[in-house]
Amino acid sequence: MAAENTGFYVLEEEHHETGSATLLGFWIYLMSDALIFATLFATFGVLRTSFAGGPSPREIFELPLVALNTGILLVSSITYGFAMIAMQDGKLGGTRAWLAITGLLGAAFVGVELYEFASLIHEGATPQTSAFLSAFFTLVATHGLHVTFGIIWLVVMLVQLQQRGLHAENRRRLMCLSMFWHFLDVVWIGVFTFVYLLGVVA
Amino acid sequence: MFDEPVAKAIFGRLTLESFPIHEPILLVTFIVVALLGLGLVGAVTKFRLWGWLWREWFTSVDHKKIGIMYMILGIVMLLRGFSDALMMRAQQAIAFGANEGYLNAHHYDQIFSAHGTIMIFFVAIPLIVGLVNYVMPLQIGARDVAFPFLNNLSFWLTVAGALLVMISLFVGEFSRGGWLNYVPVTNLQNSPDTGPDYYLWALQIAGVGTTLSAINMVTTIIKMRAPGMGMMKMPIFCWTALCSNVLAIAIFPVLTGAFALLLLDRYVGTNFFTNDLGGNPMMYWNLVWIWGHPEVYVLVLPVFGIYSEITSTFTGKRLFGYSSMVYATVVITILSYLVWLHHFFTMGSGASVNSFFGIATMVISIPTGAKIFNWLFTMYRGQIRFELPMMWVVAFMLTFVVGGMTGVLLAVPPADFVLHNSLFLVAHFHNVIIGGVVFGLFAGMDYWFPKAFGFRLDPFWGKVTFWGWVIGYWVAWTPIYIVGLMGTTRRVNHFDDPSLQIWFVIAALGALIILIGILAFVIQIAVSIINREKLRDTTGDPWNGRTLEWSTSSPPPPYNFAFTPQIHDLDAWYDMKDRGAGRPTSGFIPIHMPRNTGAGVILSGLAMALGFGMIWYMWWLAALSAFALLGYAIFHTFNYNRDYHIPAGEIAAQEDARTQLLAAGA
Amino acid sequence: MSAAAPHAPLSRRVYLIGFLLSVALTAIPFWLAMTGALDKPATIFAIVGCAVIQILVHTVCFLHVNTTSESGWTLMAYVFTAVLVLIVITGSMWIMYHLNANMMPMTAMDGSS
Repeated sequence: MAAENTGFYVLEEEHHETGSATLLGFWIYLMSDALIFATLFATFGVLRTSFAGGPSPREIFELPLVALNTGILLVSSITYGFAMIAMQDGKLGGTRAWLAITGLLGAAFVGVELYEFASLIHEGATPQTSAFLSAFFTLVATHGLHVTFGIIWLVVMLVQLQQRGLHAENRRRLMCLSMFWHFLDVVWIGVFTFVYLLGVVA
Repeated sequence: MFDEPVAKAIFGRLTLESFPIHEPILLVTFIVVALLGLGLVGAVTKFRLWGWLWREWFTSVDHKKIGIMYMILGIVMLLRGFSDALMMRAQQAIAFGANEGYLNAHHYDQIFSAHGTIMIFFVAIPLIVGLVNYVMPLQIGARDVAFPFLNNLSFWLTVAGALLVMISLFVGEFSRGGWLNYVPVTNLQNSPDTGPDYYLWALQIAGVGTTLSAINMVTTIIKMRAPGMGMMKMPIFCWTALCSNVLAIAIFPVLTGAFALLLLDRYVGTNFFTNDLGGNPMMYWNLVWIWGHPEVYVLVLPVFGIYSEITSTFTGKRLFGYSSMVYATVVITILSYLVWLHHFFTMGSGASVNSFFGIATMVISIPTGAKIFNWLFTMYRGQIRFELPMMWVVAFMLTFVVGGMTGVLLAVPPADFVLHNSLFLVAHFHNVIIGGVVFGLFAGMDYWFPKAFGFRLDPFWGKVTFWGWVIGYWVAWTPIYIVGLMGTTRRVNHFDDPSLQIWFVIAALGALIILIGILAFVIQIAVSIINREKLRDTTGDPWNGRTLEWSTSSPPPPYNFAFTPQIHDLDAWYDMKDRGAGRPTSGFIPIHMPRNTGAGVILSGLAMALGFGMIWYMWWLAALSAFALLGYAIFHTFNYNRDYHIPAGEIAAQEDARTQLLAAGA
Repeated sequence: MSAAAPHAPLSRRVYLIGFLLSVALTAIPFWLAMTGALDKPATIFAIVGCAVIQILVHTVCFLHVNTTSESGWTLMAYVFTAVLVLIVITGSMWIMYHLNANMMPMTAMDGSS
C-alpha cells in the first residue's frame, strides 16, 4: 500500500535528461583551467623583465604575425558559432562543414605559432635562455596545446557525428567543445594583450 | 649481456644501485611489505575473489563503494605516514651531542618530506573525499554523484599517485625538499636524483584526480538535490562539502601550474625557479602557498560539517544558528584565498605586504570562532548523549581551539619572525590538523560506519582509540610547543643542546601513545567485523539521526532511494519522523543507473606508467603510456552504452526485504 | 532532480555583432601598438581597456553567459573565478615586486627593474 503521507516522496518521477549536469560540470572545469592560465600569467607577469642579458620583447615579437594569428582564431570562433547554429537547426551536414573549417583554422593557428617558435629558437631565443623566455614559451605553448587538444576533440566529434548524427549526447559534447573553444579565444585576448602588445609598448 | 647504451635506452637512469641493497632498514621493510603483499594476493587468489573484486569494487561507479575504497586507501597510507613519524620521533629523542642517531640527514630529510606528503595528500584528502563521497549524495536525496565514471577515475588516479610515492621507498629516493618540495633544494642542480621527480609526478597525477572529484561534488550539490531542498535547507555537512570542493577547484590548478613549471625546469632546462638566468625561486613559494593555505581549509571545512551534524544529532536539537554557520563557511572560503603570504612572512616582502596578510590572517579566525560558539549553543540545554562521536567533538573543541590560538599568535608578523620554521610552528599545525581534521575523521567514521556496513563499531576499542589519540596528542605535542618557543628549528635530525632532550623523549612517548590509538583503531575494525551480529543495526537509524542518509537501510541499496524524497524543511529526516511520514512499499518504477567500467583503472595505470617512465628517464615508456592514455581516453568516448535500468521487480524485492527487517526489529 | 532549463535559442545576429566588435577591439590595440599614435600611458590604458571589453563581448556573445543560465550558477562561477584570477595575478605581482626589491641581488646580468 502506498504511504499515508505521500507528500514526502516523489512517487511519479518526471523524466530527467541524462547528462543535464554535464554542461555545468564542464563550465566549472573551464573555470579551473582559467586558474592554470592565471598561474602562468602571474608567472609571466613576475618574470617578464628577467632578460638575463638575452633578448627582450621588442627584439623578438613580430606584431603582424601575431595579428594574423589573432585574426585566424577570432574567425574560428565565429565559424564554430555557425556550426552551433546549424546544430540548433538540426542540419548535420552544415554542422560538420563549419566544424571542419573551424578545425582547419585552428590548425593554421597552431601552425603559425610553431613557425614563430621555430624562428625564435633559430635566432637563439630559446625557452632556456632566460626566465622571461621560459615564461613566454610556456604560457603561449600551453594555450597552443589546449588548441591542439581542441582540434583532436573536434576531429573525434566529426567521426562521432558521422556515426550517430545529432543525437542528444553528441549535441552535449558539441556544446562543451563550444565552451572550450571560445574560452581559448578569451585566454588568447589575454595573451596577445599582456604578452605581445604590452611587451612591445611598455 | 646488454650494452651500456642499450641498457640506458631501456632502463633510463634505473640501475641496480637504485634499489636499497645497502640499507638494512629499507631492506627489512621491503621484505616485510613483500611478504604481506604476497600473502594478501595469495589469499585473494585462494578464495577466488579477483573476479568479485574487479566487478563489485574496482570497476564500481557507485559513490558508496568508491567512498569506502577511499577510506581504505587513507587508512593504509596512515599506517605508512605514521611509521615515518615514529622514525622521526625516535631519531630526535636520541640524537644529541655525540650520538648521531640512526638516521643521517640524507635519510631524515626524505622521511619528513614523505611524512608530510603522505599525510596531507594520501591520508587527509582521501579520507575527506571518501566521507563526502559516501554521505553527501545520500544527504541530498540523490542516487549518485553527477559524474559516476569520473568519480571512479578520480579514485584510481589518487591510488596511482600513492603507489608512485610508495614505490619511491624501494626504488630510488624520495624528495628531500619537505612536503611542498621546496626550491632551491629541489632544483635540478641541487637534487639531480629521482626524489623531486617522484614527488612531482605522483602529485600531478593525484592532483588531477582531486580536481576532477571536486568538480564532480560541486556539480552534484548544485544540480542533484531532492525537490524542495533549497540551498538553505541542505544539511550543513553538504554546505561545508560544497565550499571545501569549490576551494579545491580554485587551488589545485595553481599547484598543478607550479609543479609543471618546476618539472619544466628539471626536464627542459627552463629558468622559472633557478638561481640564475633570471629565475626566481621565491615565485615557487608564492605559488605553492596560494595552494597551500586554502588547502588546509579544504581539509577542515568538511570536518566542521561533521562536527555540526554530530553535535546536532547527539544533543537532539537542530543546529544552533544554521544561517550563521553557512555564512561563516562561505566567508572562510573567500578569506582563505587572501592569507597565503603568512607562510613566508620572513622571506622579505616588507612591512606593507606583511601587514595586509597578517591582518587578513587574524580576521579569518573570527568566523571559525563563531562556529565554536554555535556548537556550544547547540549543546546548551540539549540532551547530550556522550557516544563516541560526541566524545570526539568535545576533544576537538578543547584541542583545536588551542591550535587556533597559536595560529593567531603566528599571524602577527613580528612574532612569526621569531617562530617561523621553529618547532612551535610544527606544533601549531599538528595541533589544528590532529585536533581538527583527524579527530573529526574519527568522529565521522564512528558516526557513519553503521550506515555503510549495517553494524556499529565496537565501543570499547573505540574508546581506547579515542584516549590513545587524545592523551597521545597532548603528550606528544606540548613538548614540541615548548622547545619551539625555546628556539628549536624544524627539520633537523640532530641537536647539540642536551637540555632539550627530555622534551623530545616525552614527545616520543606521546607518539607511542598515539600508536596505541592507531593500533586500537585497527583492532576496533577487526573486532567489530568479528562481532558484527552483536553490533548489528537493522533500523538504518542507530543514532536517531536528523538527515536523509538515516532514512535508508544500512547499507543503503545500490539505488539509495526507491523514491526520491520530497523535502519540506531543514533536517529532512527528522521532519519526516516528526510528522509520521510513511515509507512507500509499493508502486516501484525502474531506476536508471550507470554501468561499471574498467576505464578508470586502465587510465590510472597508464598514468602511473607515464609517471614512472618520466621519473626514470625511460622515454620509450613515457611516450608509449602517453599515447596509450590519449588513445584509450578517445576510445572510451566511443562507448555510448553507459547505463541500464534496475527493473521494478528487483527494487520491490529489495524494499520488501527491508520492510520485513524493520518489522522484525520493531 | 530538476529538469534541464530550456536555453534561449542561439541567434546568428548575436554572434555577428560579437564578431564585429571583437574585430574592432582587436584592430585598435594592434594599430596603437604598431604606430605609437598615443603616448605610452594612454596606449597602455587603451590596450588594456579594449582587452577587458573584448573579454566581456566574448563572454556575452560567444559563451552566452547570462544571469539565468543554470539558475545563476554559471555567472556566479564566472565572477568567482574572475576574482580569484585577479587575486592570483595581482597578488603575486605585488608580493614578488616587494620581494625582489628587498631581496634580489642586483647583478650585471640582471635586467630586472
